[in-house]
Amino acid sequence: MSARITLATARRVLWQIRRDRRTVALLLGVPVGLLALMRYIFDKQPTTFQAIGAPMCGLFPFSIMFLVTSIAMLRERTSGTLERLMSLPLAKADLLAGYGIAFGLLAALQALVVCLVGFLLLGLHAAHGAWLIGLLAVGNAVLGMALGLFVSAFARTEFQAVQFMPAIIFPQLLLCGLFVDRHDMASALYGISSALPLTYAYDALARATQPLPLGGRVALDVAVIVAATLIALALGAFTLRRRTA
Amino acid sequence: MPPATITIEDLHVVRGGRPVLHGLSLQVARGSVTGLLGPSGCGKSTLMRAIVGVQIVQAGQVSVLGERAGTPRLRRRVGYLTQAPSVYADLSIGENLRYFAAILGVGGRRITEVVETVGLAGREQQVVSSLSGGELSRVSLATALLGEPELLVLDEPTVGLDPVLRAELWGTFRELAQAGNTLLISSHVMDEASECDELLLMREGELLEQITPEQLRTRTGEQDLGRAFLAIIGRVAR
Repeated sequence: MSARITLATARRVLWQIRRDRRTVALLLGVPVGLLALMRYIFDKQPTTFQAIGAPMCGLFPFSIMFLVTSIAMLRERTSGTLERLMSLPLAKADLLAGYGIAFGLLAALQALVVCLVGFLLLGLHAAHGAWLIGLLAVGNAVLGMALGLFVSAFARTEFQAVQFMPAIIFPQLLLCGLFVDRHDMASALYGISSALPLTYAYDALARATQPLPLGGRVALDVAVIVAATLIALALGAFTLRRRTA
Repeated sequence: MPPATITIEDLHVVRGGRPVLHGLSLQVARGSVTGLLGPSGCGKSTLMRAIVGVQIVQAGQVSVLGERAGTPRLRRRVGYLTQAPSVYADLSIGENLRYFAAILGVGGRRITEVVETVGLAGREQQVVSSLSGGELSRVSLATALLGEPELLVLDEPTVGLDPVLRAELWGTFRELAQAGNTLLISSHVMDEASECDELLLMREGELLEQITPEQLRTRTGEQDLGRAFLAIIGRVAR
């Protein structure tokens, strides 16, 4: 692995995204638009907006980076550039880390914009500080990116890749406790939700929002996010083959 | 005869459940331009993939520059041009080359050189998706040339290029070989065969002949290499 190649890969991915102005506009504008929508959907229930608005700021980058990365890596596979890269002196870790840095930076920008709007314009409040929501958002985005890299190996077309969003991300969003308290779910679903990484991502965000001591549970949440990211990256590295049939 | 750059013994490859190469053996001499010719679907690209080391092979030995094909140390010494242009369509020519140059650890001067070699000087700012098919394959070729590899494996590098540029590129290939590099170049175009030192004639996953253009003409009594190739194929078919 080489810092030069890793950084060159990150720069290349950012160059690609920068050229696509509309994608940049969507990446930055859509979360803000959705958050503003939520604000007025819950116009008569401001406490509900307060409870879910701040965690949402940290969940947008997760789902969007998942989708963007799975498509980006699928394009890398189908355009033949992955085959070329695999025939060059580039370590798989260079490619994965390069993607991680590029999408991590992009997620940071996205989180910054959505947090600025949410906390300054829409009146959101997080007991432990908006900065913690922003940090968790970036961590979640890197997790989403790692999952996206991994699942892209199972898609042959863009049509298939976009279906992984409802197939892999939506169930996690439904089960993570954002919409319904996990204790109120069927006990089997509670068990399943305990095994899903987004549950821990949401838990950390919710605790950062509420005026209660953070405690050791947030440390566990962060540890699970990091571990799930590393596992997904390792699985992703396994799907990058130097030799193919 | 100089030591062989590529040595293949009894190579078997199966792709998609279908045997593509069955028991192919050959040697390619260092400092030569070798043409790989045969009808489409005969296994040329698969053979090239095996030499570069990106193809899973079922049996046989592929040795390149004295090492087993695909070993990490070879990634710097072997340049590979895939048949489909494998560059980033959403980047400019210069951005593509700067990225691949960073991977290979070569500097900006080398980028200028390869851009001139493929006739795209002054076009570095242009985004690849706006290029014509021939220009696109030239960007891909420039990328393969970047690392000054000792072995260049080029899968149809001149498809879609005008005759003037094709002649120029063959001149470049000749210069590279004279400098001691080895080139393996696949082609559909038989008039390019006369530019090669040696020809590998393939059909249906087998090597029919390894022969110089002159020998091919003498053997078949045909001056036109296209007709000579057809004569060889016909002879084997019968």
